[in-house]
Amino acid sequence: MLESTQLYAIAGIVLFGMGLYALIVFPHLLRKILGMNIMGTGVFMVFVAIGYRGLDELPDPVPHALVITGIVVAVCATGLALALATQIGIKTGTARLTPDVEEDDGS
Amino acid sequence: MVADIAFWLPLIILVPLLAAIGAFLFPRHSFRFAFIGTLVTAAVVFGSTGLLWQDKEVARHAVGGWGAPLGIDMVLDGLSMLMLLLTAVIGLAITSYARGYFLPKNNSSESWHQYNYFWPLWLFLWAALNALFLSGDLFNLYVTLELLGFSAVALTALVRKPAVLKAAMRYLLVSLSGSLMYLLGVVFLYAGYGTLDIALLGAVATNTPELVAAAALITVGLVMKTALFPFHFWLPPAHANAAAPVSALLSALVVKGSFYILLRVWLVALHPLADTFIPQLLSGLGMAAIIWGSLQAMRQTQLKMLVAYSTVAQLGYLFLLIPLLLRGRGDDIAPLAGIVIFLSAHALAKAAAFLSAGNLLYAVGEDRLSSLDGLTRKMPLTLAAFGVAGVSLIALPPSGGFIAKWLMLNVALEHGYWWLMIVVIGGGLMAAVYIMRVMSHLFLEARGHKSDVKPLPLCMSWPPFGLAVLAILLVFTGVLVTDMLVIGAPWLLEVAP
Repeated sequence: MLESTQLYAIAGIVLFGMGLYALIVFPHLLRKILGMNIMGTGVFMVFVAIGYRGLDELPDPVPHALVITGIVVAVCATGLALALATQIGIKTGTARLTPDVEEDDGS
Repeated sequence: MVADIAFWLPLIILVPLLAAIGAFLFPRHSFRFAFIGTLVTAAVVFGSTGLLWQDKEVARHAVGGWGAPLGIDMVLDGLSMLMLLLTAVIGLAITSYARGYFLPKNNSSESWHQYNYFWPLWLFLWAALNALFLSGDLFNLYVTLELLGFSAVALTALVRKPAVLKAAMRYLLVSLSGSLMYLLGVVFLYAGYGTLDIALLGAVATNTPELVAAAALITVGLVMKTALFPFHFWLPPAHANAAAPVSALLSALVVKGSFYILLRVWLVALHPLADTFIPQLLSGLGMAAIIWGSLQAMRQTQLKMLVAYSTVAQLGYLFLLIPLLLRGRGDDIAPLAGIVIFLSAHALAKAAAFLSAGNLLYAVGEDRLSSLDGLTRKMPLTLAAFGVAGVSLIALPPSGGFIAKWLMLNVALEHGYWWLMIVVIGGGLMAAVYIMRVMSHLFLEARGHKSDVKPLPLCMSWPPFGLAVLAILLVFTGVLVTDMLVIGAPWLLEVAP
C-alpha cells in the first residue's frame, strides 16, 4: 500500500508532467499559461506532501513557508504572462506563437 | 561598523532595489534615481571588493539575525564577489549608454514608455542579479532566478512590436518551465536531506538515486535558462530583437546568472555525482553549442542576429571544462579560473559588441550587414569598440578571451582531453570568420548613401569602447582572479569535520 505522502507526491509529479505537456503541445497562449500553472501546482503539491511527519506530529513548517513564497512568485509569473499574451493578442490579432518569428515582422 | 563587510552585504541588494522603486513611483525623475542608484551600487560593490580583498575570508550576513538552517544567509566569497564586480562594471556602462539610447527625441508616447520603464526594470534586474550572487541557499536562488527572469522578459518586451513580443513570450515560457524544473529538483533535495543550504548539502549528499533525479531536474532547468545547445532556440530572437542596452544585459549578464547557479550547485551540493555521465554530457553539449552557434553566426545577414548566435557559441565554452573542474576539485583552481575569466571576458566583450551594434543601428537605422558599408569614417570609436571586442571574442592574444582559453587548454591537455583543443581552436577560427564579415562591411567604401548618419552623443560612443578595452585588459588579471577565487573556494566552504 502507498502511504498518503507518496500518493500526494506521485500525483504532484504527474501534474507537473501534464502541465509541461500542455505547455509544449498547445499553441494557444492561454493554454500554455494554464499548463505552466499546473506545473507549478504539481511542484507545490510534492513540496507540501514532504512536510507530513505522521498524524501525531506537527508538519514540517519549512516547506509550507516556501510554498507560500512559491505561490506569490507563480501569481507574478501568471500576471506577467497574461499581460504579454494580451499585448500579443492586440498587436497580432491572435494569442498564438506562430512558428516563424522573423517572418511576420512589421505586420 | 563601516569596515565590517557584513554591514555592506544587504546594501548591495537594497540600493538598486530602492532606486528601482523610486524610479517606478516617480517616472518624471526616473533617470535621476537610476543615475544615483547606479553610482551608489557600484561604489558599494567596489568598496566591499576592497574589504573582501583585505579580509581574505568569506563574509556572511544572517538576514534579520536568523542564521541558517532556519533563516536566510547572504554569503559573499571570491566567486560571488567577482560576479558582483563584473555586474557593476557593465552596469555603469549600461546606465550611461541607455541614457543616450532611450532619451526620447520626440514626444511620441512609445519612446517615453520605453524611457520611463527601462530604468526601474533595469535596476530591478540589477538587484535580482546581486541577490542571486549573494544567495547561499537553493530556495533563495530560485526566487532570485525568477526575479531575474521576470525583469529580463519585461525589458525585452519594452519594444512593443509583434516579433519582439513573441520572442519575449517564448523567453518567458522557457524561463518559467526551466525554473519550475529547478524547483522540483530542489524539492527532491529537501526530501532527501532536509536542508536547502548549499554548503550543508555538500557535507551530507551522497550518490543516491534521489540525488541523481534532483541533479537531472536542476541541471535541465538551469541549462534551459542558460540557453545551452539544444535549448538555445529562444535566445537569438529575444537577444537580437530587444533594444541594444537590453540585448547587452541579456547576453552579458542574465544568462550568466543561471550558469553561476549551475556552477555553484555542481561544485558543492551535487559533487558526489562528479563521475557520472551528466558532467560529460554537459561538456559534449558545450562542444555542440560552439560548432552550431558559430555556423549559424557565420550565415546570418543581420548584425544583431549574428552577435546573438555568437553568444550561443560562446556559452558552449563555459561548459567544456565542467567534468575536469569537478574531478580536479580540491587541488587545482585553474579550471575554475579559466571558466570565470572566460565568463568575464565574454560578458565585457559581448556587452561592447551589442552596444556598438546598437550604435551602428542608431546611426543608419537598419540591421542588415550590407547597410553598414563604409561606416568606418563616420564612427571610428564605435568601429574600434567592435573590433577590440572582436579580438577578445576570437581570443587573439593579448585579450581576456585568449588567457581564458589558454588556461582551459592547459587544463584539458594535462588531463589528456586533447580533443577539446580542436573544438576551442576551431571555435576561435569560426569566430574570426563571423567577426571579420562584419568588419569587412564596415571597411568597404560607402556607396554614396551615407550622408544621413546621425551623430552619436558621447554617453553612447564611449561605454562600448571602455568595455572592449576592459575585455582586453583582463589578460593581466589571471593571478588576481585566482587569488580572489581562493577566498572561500566552494570546496573549502563545505569541509565539515
